Amino acid sequence: MSETVKQGAHKSYLEETGGRKGIFKWILSTDHKRIGLLYLYSIMTWFVIGVALGIMMKLELIAPGKTIMGAQAYNATFTVHGVIMIFLIVIPGLPAVFGNFLLPIQIGAKDVAFPKLNLFSWYIYVAGSILVVASLFAGGGPPDTGWTFYAPYSFKTGTNMLPAVVGAFVLGFSSILTGLNFLVTIHRLRAPGMTFMKMPVFPWTLYGTAWIQLLATPIVGITLLMVLGERIFNIGFFDPAKGGDPILYQHLFWIYSHPAVYIMILPAMGAISEIIPTFSRKTIFGYRFIVISTLAIAFVGYFVWGHHMFTSGMSGTALFTFSILTFIVAIPSAIKVFNWVATMHQGSILLKTPFMWAASFIFVFLIGGLTGLVLGALATNVHVHDTAFVVGHFHFIVFGGTGFAFFGAVHYWFPKIYGRMYDESWAKTGWLIFFIGYLALYGPMLYLGIKGMPRRYFDYLPEYHGPNILSSLGALVMVSGFLIILINLIRSARHGEKAEANPWGGTNLEWQISSPPSLENFDEIPTIDKATYKYD
Amino acid sequence: MAEEKHHIISYQKLLGVLGILIVLTLLSVAITEIELSRWATIAALLIAGIKSTFVLLIFMHLRFDQRIFRVMVGLIIALVLVVIFITMLDFMFR
Repeated sequence: MSETVKQGAHKSYLEETGGRKGIFKWILSTDHKRIGLLYLYSIMTWFVIGVALGIMMKLELIAPGKTIMGAQAYNATFTVHGVIMIFLIVIPGLPAVFGNFLLPIQIGAKDVAFPKLNLFSWYIYVAGSILVVASLFAGGGPPDTGWTFYAPYSFKTGTNMLPAVVGAFVLGFSSILTGLNFLVTIHRLRAPGMTFMKMPVFPWTLYGTAWIQLLATPIVGITLLMVLGERIFNIGFFDPAKGGDPILYQHLFWIYSHPAVYIMILPAMGAISEIIPTFSRKTIFGYRFIVISTLAIAFVGYFVWGHHMFTSGMSGTALFTFSILTFIVAIPSAIKVFNWVATMHQGSILLKTPFMWAASFIFVFLIGGLTGLVLGALATNVHVHDTAFVVGHFHFIVFGGTGFAFFGAVHYWFPKIYGRMYDESWAKTGWLIFFIGYLALYGPMLYLGIKGMPRRYFDYLPEYHGPNILSSLGALVMVSGFLIILINLIRSARHGEKAEANPWGGTNLEWQISSPPSLENFDEIPTIDKATYKYD
Repeated sequence: MAEEKHHIISYQKLLGVLGILIVLTLLSVAITEIELSRWATIAALLIAGIKSTFVLLIFMHLRFDQRIFRVMVGLIIALVLVVIFITMLDFMFR
């Protein structure tokens, strides 16, 4: 994309320690790349805990009746699983890890606009995470409300709501500050010649995400404070006995939490938009439409929160409005899928691991998207609301979307991050096992939901047994695949073959500099003279 | 980056705006003594809105800043209004 990138013989950012030793060269560094990796390691730690809780739930559901835990323990397990997975992993996931590592490089900058604030955001993230995980162990037992903390139960339950709610509140600050940092970085630090329409898609999706982080997160912050107010001071915002309105809580919660789905999915779409052109050896199809659809998703995503509340008792007018708006948001998402497939069409496809993740992302995202239409339609929603169908749909979108894109991104940028190649055959084996396990785990949930199995129950009727066995076995297969992937990546980061600067033949700026990059990325700020994704 | 112009607001003007904000705060307390029933919230929000506008325009320099920032803040306010409007589609028609 630029012919003027200059790289001297500098030490890589991994060798450049600033005179610090041990853990201090990480936790005191303001280098955006090291901060990205700090997020990666923290997120992967919590992910292992979240997966362990998920496996416990699937083991409980392997047979009807009590298997390994009772009702209360199950309620606590799905709550903490949800809180960890959503607030600690999926929301910060791609923006905090790959956004931090790649945003400055992809726009031709030496760092983000506020490096110290960036490190501070990670500290806030760690503080919030510890509070959330502490809720597992402190006082009255883990929270049991579900990750949505619905009122009025959330201020009446005797379990550890305070650390979980305060933790989620604190995590919001990290998200807001990261979003602010990225917005200013994109507006002020783009290299000369990099107009907005020459910017790669990944920074564009980070831009859309950053606006959501900045504008929507404060709403959930205030809402969680209101729950604390209810618990501590008995104010009555959401308590019908005091003239409060519990549906107001749901409005406030979802005004943030639906856009939060786009915080999760937009950067995932950005990563996929990077991987597909590189491995198709083709300029991305309809760049302008992809950019516009990114902004459209970020914008329209603000107005569709009510589809989470179709059975809550909202007015008919609101139900109708939210249903229409939900169908509108499907349009830009479908545009993206069309553009990815069109990019692959007649391309010289290279079947490497990142591409396998990207292709399987499209497959599972389609299932998630189409089942989303079932939930967006009022008539069908009432039948499957709060059933296993919703859990299946949600995991196809959030885990299938963000998770697959995350693993694709890890493999795609692994050579750039560590300067080493992962083992391709083990990576593909891990992907295949993971993918098979994934479909076996979540596919039966859609069927069970249609058959009427409710979500969030530790027990079920005998006729649901067969699909539940398949789902639980699928979980074990998927975890086996995950372990292969994890071990391969950890081993390769130390012992993998040395990577070239551009092992995949990518066209964006990160592939024009050494692997791993130097501390300041570029000797001189590059001048951008070509459009992005140009394969001559 | 080109050198940007800085606008300096006089102390006199800042104190004037501070005075207006204090008066409006007293007014928002005073009107709670009047029985406005369903209009009470609207009156309170109206006064709060006027106060926010003064803070944004004068204390936060939006009046003297580049047009792009005014547009950004305007869009955000529009977004909040749309969100409130949609929420009202539930409350008003329930």
